[in-house]
Amino acid sequence: MMRRLRWPLLFVALAAAVVAGLAVGPVAVSPGEVLRALLGDGDPQTIAIVRDLRLARVCLAIVIGAGLGMSGAALQGTLRNPLAEPYLLGVSGGAAVGAVLAVVAGIAGALALPVAAFAGAAVAVLLVLLIARAANGRADPRVLLMAGVVVGAFANAAIMVLLAGAGEGTVRNALWWMMGSVAGAEWSALSWLAAYAAGAGLALVVVARDIDLLALGDDAAAGLGVPVAAATRRIYLLAALLAAVTVAGAGLVGFVGLVVPAMARGLGMRRARETLLASALLGAALVVAADVVARTARAPTELPLGAVTALVGVPFFLLRLRRAV
Amino acid sequence: MISVSGAVVRYPGAEANALDGASFEARPGQVTALVGPNGSGKSTVVRALIGQVPLTAGAMRVGAFDVASTDRRALARSLAVVTQREEPAFPLSVRDYVMLGRYPHHGAWSALGAADVAAAEAAVDRAGAAALLPRRTDELSGGEWQRVRLARALAQGGEALVLDEPGTFLDVAHEMSAFELLDALARDGRTVLLVSHQLNLVARFAQHIVLLHRGRVVASGAPTDVMRGDVLEPVYDWPLVVARDPAVGAPVLIPLKRR
Repeated sequence: MMRRLRWPLLFVALAAAVVAGLAVGPVAVSPGEVLRALLGDGDPQTIAIVRDLRLARVCLAIVIGAGLGMSGAALQGTLRNPLAEPYLLGVSGGAAVGAVLAVVAGIAGALALPVAAFAGAAVAVLLVLLIARAANGRADPRVLLMAGVVVGAFANAAIMVLLAGAGEGTVRNALWWMMGSVAGAEWSALSWLAAYAAGAGLALVVVARDIDLLALGDDAAAGLGVPVAAATRRIYLLAALLAAVTVAGAGLVGFVGLVVPAMARGLGMRRARETLLASALLGAALVVAADVVARTARAPTELPLGAVTALVGVPFFLLRLRRAV
Repeated sequence: MISVSGAVVRYPGAEANALDGASFEARPGQVTALVGPNGSGKSTVVRALIGQVPLTAGAMRVGAFDVASTDRRALARSLAVVTQREEPAFPLSVRDYVMLGRYPHHGAWSALGAADVAAAEAAVDRAGAAALLPRRTDELSGGEWQRVRLARALAQGGEALVLDEPGTFLDVAHEMSAFELLDALARDGRTVLLVSHQLNLVARFAQHIVLLHRGRVVASGAPTDVMRGDVLEPVYDWPLVVARDPAVGAPVLIPLKRR
């Protein structure tokens, strides 16, 4: 019964979160009005609020959540580790260095900041791959994880050095970015992010069978026809770049990549392809819902989105941990 | 047919070659056992066959395929391997796990179909694991898990089957039934290559024994040719005698106390 209902359940959860994201705010709009406004019907002011102000924000949250969820699901399977998540692999640190550099240099415009963040993340990912390759010439999951942690630690130190001499406004800007937010959503940037994330996500779905086999261990996967080192590197790169896109779009939104795949498995998703797709839906629903909380919990002040997702994620994770022990 | 000719493998940083010009053949219709002390290169043969370590020199072939130059997925359709250890990172249903054996027969897009389900079910029946289908991989005992892994390898459907220490973690009954199954599979015409420490069991079930020592083949032939005190004692560097099993007459190795 649960098995048959889980996919409809995921879609309903996402739809409910989206409706809430469009309805809730300083001007409350009823779900019925939301639907009519989406179809271009009703009060022009309501249409403007729903379509221009809130829809872009909700769509960005969907892209961020789906991207982080898929990235985490792919990494956890491939690296055989339920604790693997995009931010552990140096992606977040590298992106943050790129963004902070842009902020400190005073070029943090609407376009420059995401580009700088993405470039920083890409450099960090390549650095991790180079370290892992130099360490043992193979794509050993443990070495990849350790290299990611080390690059992340180095990035954190670099950020502190960069911010030590910066002015108060710069520090505040950088800090806000590092706490994550989808408040800056706008359609032009969003369409690029969505296209890129969809491409990387689809590529992960294509290699999902390799993820299934890699989750058995290197030798077993090799015996089943997977070119282990090349496949591990490919999936790592796709997952890391997918996470980098989300970081470029919304800063650091923690815990989603870690918690969402665990939730998907909790729903009984076993094979990589269904885990990836379920993680996309769940991640999207979670981030859209978290953004509603971030906007409304202490309105008119906005809470940082990354803090809200962590506040939700930590208790869930502790619960899982208790059941696992 | 699995043939290994002049295979040399050197791990980076190692002082000696793990395989040092080893040559042997495992023929269809036979159980061939690869034996030898720890570190003699047995597992390296398996890892080289699945492309996890490159050959420095020599060649390995499975049927008509050269292992070094064949697409890995095409090779996996001819050669199924049960590695020494394997644990799914996240538990699967036994049914899903056995179906993984059908992945080499498909690209990224082609869906698994009725033929795959039939192959998986036949494999599960053959391995005596049908009753385990509704279970989950993390709920199985060591013996059940080993049978399920063998079923997955049979679902792969290749002509050659390689098993690395299939008897580990098995009690006497499970071990005997596993060896009997391998014997039956060989009689069907498959090439069965078995890596094992269990010399006495191997002497009863294998038609051909290959003894490795320091990466070289030091003896190769029928069990009675290889299971001899003067052959085994220098390789294992331990005093031993070889007697006859009173029940079936197979050679039995008995290690002695040193003093």
